[in-house]
Amino acid sequence: MKIAVCVKQVPDSWAEKKMSGGTLDRAGVDAVLNDLDEYAIEEALRIVEANSATKEAGEGSGHTITLISMGPDRASEAIRKGLSMGADDAIHICDDAFAGSDALATSLVLSKAISDGGFDLVICGTESTDARMSVVPAMLAERLGWAQLTFAGSVAVDPAQSKVSIARSTEFGIENMEATFPAVVSVIEKINEPRYPSFKGIMAAKKKSIAVKSLADIGLAADQVGSKAAWSNVKDAVLRPARSAGIKVEDGGDGGTKLVDFLAEKRVI
Amino acid sequence: MSEVLILVDAVDGKVSKSTGELATFAKVIGKVNAVVFDAALVSQLSAYAIDNVIVCTGVDVSKFSPGPIAQSLAQLVSTKSATAVLITSSSKGKEVAGRLAVATNSGIITDATSIDADLVTTQAVFGGSTTVHAAVTHGTSIVTLRSNSIEPIAGSGSPTTEEFTPTISEAAKLGVVTSTQPAVKGGRPELTEASIVISGGRGTNGDFKPVEALADVLGAAVGASRAATDAGWYPHTHQVGQTGKTVSPQLYVACGISGAIQHRAGMQTSKMIVAINKDSEAPIFDLADYGVIGDLFNVLPQATAAISAKKA
Ligand SMILES: Cc1cc2nc3c(=O)[nH]c(=O)nc-3n(C[C@H](O)[C@H](O)[C@H](O)COP(=O)(O)OP(=O)(O)OC[C@H]3O[C@@H](n4cnc5c(N)ncnc54)[C@H](O)[C@@H]3O)c2cc1C
Ligand SMILES: Nc1ncnc2c1ncn2[C@@H]1O[C@H](COP(=O)(O)O)[C@@H](O)[C@H]1O
Repeated sequence: MKIAVCVKQVPDSWAEKKMSGGTLDRAGVDAVLNDLDEYAIEEALRIVEANSATKEAGEGSGHTITLISMGPDRASEAIRKGLSMGADDAIHICDDAFAGSDALATSLVLSKAISDGGFDLVICGTESTDARMSVVPAMLAERLGWAQLTFAGSVAVDPAQSKVSIARSTEFGIENMEATFPAVVSVIEKINEPRYPSFKGIMAAKKKSIAVKSLADIGLAADQVGSKAAWSNVKDAVLRPARSAGIKVEDGGDGGTKLVDFLAEKRVI
Repeated sequence: MSEVLILVDAVDGKVSKSTGELATFAKVIGKVNAVVFDAALVSQLSAYAIDNVIVCTGVDVSKFSPGPIAQSLAQLVSTKSATAVLITSSSKGKEVAGRLAVATNSGIITDATSIDADLVTTQAVFGGSTTVHAAVTHGTSIVTLRSNSIEPIAGSGSPTTEEFTPTISEAAKLGVVTSTQPAVKGGRPELTEASIVISGGRGTNGDFKPVEALADVLGAAVGASRAATDAGWYPHTHQVGQTGKTVSPQLYVACGISGAIQHRAGMQTSKMIVAINKDSEAPIFDLADYGVIGDLFNVLPQATAAISAKKA
């Protein structure tokens, strides 16, 4: 099996975020591997481990895991982290022309890299913690014409039958779904507990190959990506007045009654 | 007049209020065409400000992932020359919108809280700390809107109806639903639509009874933090936060919840926030309009009793 995992570098969720010129100001904040993508890497590793004679990902398993990331130079840090978890190699699509790309352009770029790679499965996180759109996996399925098995709370793969099945977990409950390869899968954070990179993993990752590709390498033109091709436009962004803390009372035995009096006074109940 | 498509949202055979919200937003833009895949829902649609109902026939969308819905909408966008398509911001709704944007070569905006006559949307980003106005600049405006963003206006008379038979490609039908387990539902309102939400976290220690009791005297929905859903104390479908649901009720009461950033991302835009927590340093107090430093097992039953007494 050839598995691709789409990973994105994002600003740390704990950092304060600001807008600059209509997009997120990424320069001023720490960048990390999107934590939801760690679940995608972990799931890929588990799929390989469950289906290889050596019970271990990596060489000899007969399967490969390739990370695919579109992002600036420093996204290579996030990619290294994924490699140190155990992925085999990576494709880093990096070009100044990508700056300001929206989800449509991102999915276009990723779909090019995916269709060139001959993968059986693409695994994504359900959401990048910066944009929070949760649309790239569905867009990939649409662009590639592959099965869409998203919001997976569990994944089972049968490589001999080229079959993948998931339990899709949405607000409406659970849908059990199946498809034959190739398919786009996205995983929710309930699916597993991502491993920490081991020392051995971190050392090995230094020697793993990251293929850096430009816009031209993946066969796209400059007007298909970046802020010029972003088909939505931010008109203005205003910082809301920070929510100031209100009244805080110590429960002296009448905390519940006082709370109800407050709510009644404010006419919310 | 410009044509707007809205995708009818229904749970268990009941058209949800969010459909009425989409219609209310769409009405300001142009003629409201409600797209529905289940003819049994049509009679419920006259409750809302819908001009025309388009019943898509010949495709059982419940069997597939969002592909066929998106493809049907894409065909309707072109036959109607629609200027906008409005969809509820559920996980499935956003996926439909994403595929539709690709299929129609159009811009997409997700999680808006409003859209005006000029198709300018409002979004609250970065956990509600920043308000953004944006617009689609290419193709049809594909916009998903959060539930509970507007009070739906009532319909005036019955909408016209028409049938449409979309052509669904084999690719869109890949990925088949083999069986389903519907979400377990109590008698409480839907989390994203409720005007009051009472949520419990790790501080409940697995006992949600006081949380549910308060919810029931207020006719509120029950939410939970990830710590509570992970522990199996409450179903995942009730999780509020970054990887759960985003709620924006009139009143949000956080009980035994510390207020981690991932939780705040799902409730920060609530109109009023109340926190009950033993730890006076808990970050949830930073955004609470009213905070009680105390044990939820004392405070909640007392509040519940006080409300019952007021009602009696
Ligand atoms: C990728 C990712 C996604 C996530 N998504 C979400 C999400 O969608 N939603 C979410 O909620 N979290 C999410 N989290 C988890 C989040 O970081 C926190 O771990 C979680 O919100 C903590 O839940 P809690 O507040 O219930 O528990 P804790 O942080 O343990 O807080 C419990 C609180 O209860 C108080 N307490 C204890 N006993 C009592 C009592 N008797 N009376 C009153 N107060 C009491 C304590 O003082 C404490 O403040 C996510 C994390 C990650 C990494
Ligand atoms: N620039 C990117 N590079 C690689 N993968 C991405 C990128 N953007 C989004 N993804 C993938 O798509 C998922 C959903 O992202 P989003 O639709 O932006 O919320 C993420 O969890 C990633 O797996």
